[in-house]
Amino acid sequence: MFSPHTPSETVEMLKNIGVKSIEDLFKDVPQKYRFPKLNLPEGLTEMEALAEMHEYAGSNETVKGLLSFLGAGAYHHYIPAGVDSLLRRSEFYTAYTPYQPEVAQGTLQAIFEFQTLIANLTGMEVSNASHYDGATATAEAGVMAYHNFRGKRPGILLSSAVNPQYREVLCSYLCGYENINIQTIGEDFTIPGNPDDLAAHVDNETALVVVQYPDFFGRIFDLTAMAQKVHEKGSLLAVVTNPIALGLLKTPGEMGADIVVGEGQPLGIPLSYGGPYLGFFATKKEFARKISGRLVGETSDAQGRRGYVLTLTAREQHIRREKSTSNICTNQGLMALAATIYLSLVGKSGLKQVANLCFQKAHYAADVLGQVPGFSVLSDAPFFHEFILKCPRPVEAINTLLLERDIIGGYDLGKDCEALANHMLICVTEMTSKDDIDYLASVLEEVTHD
Amino acid sequence: MTEPTIYELSSAGRTGVRFPEPDVPLTHLPQSLMREVLPLPELSEVDVIRHFTHLSSLNYCIDSGLYPLGSCTMKYNPKINEEIARLEGFAYTHPLQPESTIQGNLALMYDLQETLKEIAGFAAVTLQPAAGAQGEFTGVMIIRDYHRSRGDAKRTKILIPDSAHGTNPATSAMSGFEVVPLPSDARGNVDLAKLREVCDDTVAGLMLTNPNTLGLFDENVIEVINIVHQAGGLVYGDGANLNALLGIVRPGDLGIDIMHFNLHKTFSTPHGGGGPGSGPVGVSAHLADFLPTPLVGIVEKATADLPPLYGFIKPPKTIGRVKSFFGQFGMFVRAYTYIRMHGPEGLRKVSEYAVLNANYLLAKMGDVYHLPYKRTCMHEFVVEGCWPDIPEIHALDIAKRLMDYKFHPPTNYFPLIVHEALMIEPTETESKQSLDAFAEAMLAIAKEARETPELLKEAPHDTPIGRLDEVKAAKELVLCCWLPDDK
Repeated sequence: MFSPHTPSETVEMLKNIGVKSIEDLFKDVPQKYRFPKLNLPEGLTEMEALAEMHEYAGSNETVKGLLSFLGAGAYHHYIPAGVDSLLRRSEFYTAYTPYQPEVAQGTLQAIFEFQTLIANLTGMEVSNASHYDGATATAEAGVMAYHNFRGKRPGILLSSAVNPQYREVLCSYLCGYENINIQTIGEDFTIPGNPDDLAAHVDNETALVVVQYPDFFGRIFDLTAMAQKVHEKGSLLAVVTNPIALGLLKTPGEMGADIVVGEGQPLGIPLSYGGPYLGFFATKKEFARKISGRLVGETSDAQGRRGYVLTLTAREQHIRREKSTSNICTNQGLMALAATIYLSLVGKSGLKQVANLCFQKAHYAADVLGQVPGFSVLSDAPFFHEFILKCPRPVEAINTLLLERDIIGGYDLGKDCEALANHMLICVTEMTSKDDIDYLASVLEEVTHD
Repeated sequence: MTEPTIYELSSAGRTGVRFPEPDVPLTHLPQSLMREVLPLPELSEVDVIRHFTHLSSLNYCIDSGLYPLGSCTMKYNPKINEEIARLEGFAYTHPLQPESTIQGNLALMYDLQETLKEIAGFAAVTLQPAAGAQGEFTGVMIIRDYHRSRGDAKRTKILIPDSAHGTNPATSAMSGFEVVPLPSDARGNVDLAKLREVCDDTVAGLMLTNPNTLGLFDENVIEVINIVHQAGGLVYGDGANLNALLGIVRPGDLGIDIMHFNLHKTFSTPHGGGGPGSGPVGVSAHLADFLPTPLVGIVEKATADLPPLYGFIKPPKTIGRVKSFFGQFGMFVRAYTYIRMHGPEGLRKVSEYAVLNANYLLAKMGDVYHLPYKRTCMHEFVVEGCWPDIPEIHALDIAKRLMDYKFHPPTNYFPLIVHEALMIEPTETESKQSLDAFAEAMLAIAKEARETPELLKEAPHDTPIGRLDEVKAAKELVLCCWLPDDK
């Protein structure tokens, strides 16, 4: 199939090696366990495999077939045709990590451009080549802050308005660290996570404060005053952000963030049931040498021609082994390329347009849905493209009824926070039309009427 | 030729993609929350397509030729995988959709879990880890929590052979363990005497790569595992080299307790220029309760009329979550397609040809390049990229010269235990002709090393750019091509 060996070539190769059969090459494997019979179905031809995989795919409902109001960390946006057309160039997708820069300038320059775009988008000075996803990028912010203070500041404060999955992953990453003390502030509040409540908990044991902007509930708070309070105690501030929102919003950099991380999936990467996605990580120049993960730097060859290489590799695991601060090997190279192509294609005006469409449509949706009897929009702050809708009945029951009318309702916030039972998080992007929103409103009215 | 950056190509006023005007009444965001400048480039669609097409032409890739990076398993990536991963039914599914609407995805994940269990001999598999390194991290956390759950707090050490991947010690250290290196013996196996000496009740586990990074199958693997088990430790298997073992031996049968798979190595998902990877983890029965949450399970059994209902399950003693959602789903689709096309016989052939190819190449080169351990290799082998009579020639020079012969160089300077190492893994998808051409290039370079050494020292000559100044890159640390303050 994908091995080209003919029987006569195999015989000739074995002869060169000096053995009689392929089996003879495996004599080091304990005989008792050698050549097990794998209980798996027989192999398929390409035609058959395609048909079988169509069956799996066909058993799913999709956000194209149904009308979806789900966000909560993964977003349905328009992906311009140019993105996938370029991603499918095998020069990109069948290449390895660019260890040999002379034959990998394409990948290296693209990552260098990615780093530039992310730094500019977030208002920071440097960015790395990416992490696995938004959750692990957030965890890496915790790792960097902990090491920045050499473990002498064990405290990490998390806003309860940070994506719950990100908080969980950060805890998994850091729980092995000496004396680590991770606290989530404000989980018991009815509407969690006002940044000012968080600032009161910062002390000189705090290494890092993590907030989300716009937060998990879509709300936008100016973080400037809070950043000041964090810095007064000598702590660092990490801001988890949505890159599309930054088409409109004041940057975390301007507000005083030390680290900006987030999920890059909205930048031209399909939903694909949660992965592969893209974590981004930007910071100030003073921390550049403390970033984990891959970095691409500019340099030149002997003739003075500009080129790019993986740099500061001496920090990495394959050289420092147990002394490195992270075990990261790969980044999300191809996903970073997708985001780079997306941002290049939509450019300055396109990203503003997408962000504005999300903002406008979400506000229209909040207006209309808030008027449906029994429903109300809970928002004490401006929001971007997600908002909390208070429902007259359990969200699961409402969503079941919506599904019967081809609508995937909002995210059930009661799943993560008891105080938010009967509240759903509605997300609206440029993919949602006014008619879609009106339809949702009418169906909500209908299903909760009796 | 140097390609300008996207910022250099930018022209004020251009746009690549337009979006419709809002179809709803407008509202306003407070000015105080808005950014003043958005420093993104401005290009037309044609500018963007040409720019990235030019960049792509500067890359070497599997589709252009042999990519013999040791321990990276750069095999051909079947095109059908790419078609299937892009099917609307997969690509347009949201990870938070109700389980009832996503039975196809859950069934596929369940079937992949079951298949990986069967291939490697484990009782349970999680698909969540994003890459091999994260799979290792998951495995080491399972080791930690397993001992803790038994009230065994004094196990603070992880043993790691000196032939292991660098990720092993890094992972152990970041999980709070002390790393104890283990030497290799004269045949490249774990040194049993040394292992016995360090195995006591402070050992949490051993991280074993088998075949190891020398490409050798440990001849005493059963004994190594027994010694660790008798001391109360667990054995972690680094699955980076699983491409040698499909249908040859199941690591779980050997007694390995935990292992990560690299779907991007063994099961042909593309490396993407450095990711996405995918690193599922398999465990034996006594560790299944510790796997990351959630797993996919059958929540209602199939009936005569209905297929089973799949859903998410939280293991009772879970270590928690290591990644958002469920893992690199698009990679599961590709890997599962690959496995389904091969079937049990096809998978065994993969490993047989991978090992045949490596040994054939070794036979062709072994007289000219010094082999530190003279044994039959598995899917890869390590030679020394240097000769005592010409000390000025290094592995790096050979690697760079190979590019002039239109081959990607092998992994070099790894493993650290071999002087001037060149680590070569051809994979099963190379033909005899392709291996012959590579061997000829290696032999020609060995000749040049003596006759015209400057050809090696100044190589590569025939690439888009020459050897790059890495010291300058690290010293000046220019990480962005344009920032607003640069002007």
